[in-house]
Amino acid sequence: MSRQPFTPDRYRELVASHTPPSRQLRGYLRAFWVGGTICVLGQALTLWAEKLNLGEITAPMFTTSALIFLGTTLTGIGVYDRIGKYAGAGSAIPVTGFANSVAAPAIEFQREGAVMGVGARLFTLAGPVLAYGIASSVLVGIAYWLARGWVL
Amino acid sequence: MDTLWLFVKAFVVGGLICDVGQLLIMRTKLTNARILVLFVVSGVLLTALGLYKPLVDFAGAGATVPLTGFGYSLAMGAIEAVNRYGFWGAFVGGISRTAAGITAAIVFGLVNALVFKPHAKP
Repeated sequence: MSRQPFTPDRYRELVASHTPPSRQLRGYLRAFWVGGTICVLGQALTLWAEKLNLGEITAPMFTTSALIFLGTTLTGIGVYDRIGKYAGAGSAIPVTGFANSVAAPAIEFQREGAVMGVGARLFTLAGPVLAYGIASSVLVGIAYWLARGWVL
Repeated sequence: MDTLWLFVKAFVVGGLICDVGQLLIMRTKLTNARILVLFVVSGVLLTALGLYKPLVDFAGAGATVPLTGFGYSLAMGAIEAVNRYGFWGAFVGGISRTAAGITAAIVFGLVNALVFKPHAKP
């Protein structure tokens, strides 16, 4: 028996080697159907927005805001974390999961106060997502501006 | 029938994108925060390379609802704003296009945190 240090990597290998393949498959199936269902809900909201004659710009706003409202409300009443435990990435990756990542830490750290508790913790996960997302979109915009100047 | 097909495409593509996330959770040591950042940045880069728009055209909400779709909106916003305003569009477009979603998350998140009490972790 080798006395390797018990690193997080080794722990993960051990867990993986003891996890039956059927359980991994179950993880993928759950993520697939829950994630897919949230997207279908988004599609239904989009069709509804078209029926309401919302324009090309406002229809996606309607869909996204409605899904985010759903995500934060389900987080508030304590349901979304249960879905997350069942579905893994299936509930984390859709925009409702982003809403959950905004609301959940804010609710959890209420006792630290309205400003540094709720106010700051809203961005525990959203902060990194917004920082890197926005920064990369600026880089893409500048690259596009440069490329356009080159061609024209 | 067409509507049903729209739903099937959204379901399958959205489900598959989530399974990529599930793969990262189960097979790598990436934390949830890193996976979310990776998804948004991937969405931005795939859009810049012209690879994500075809997926959005094909799968609709199946491609826009996952976080890669947030990256898609950020990148499309930046590109369209450069077309309209020139250089400074790169600084305006991303947030402009996603303003409703970001604002909704902040406002609804804030209201929820002020209304609801913490729950025990399931």
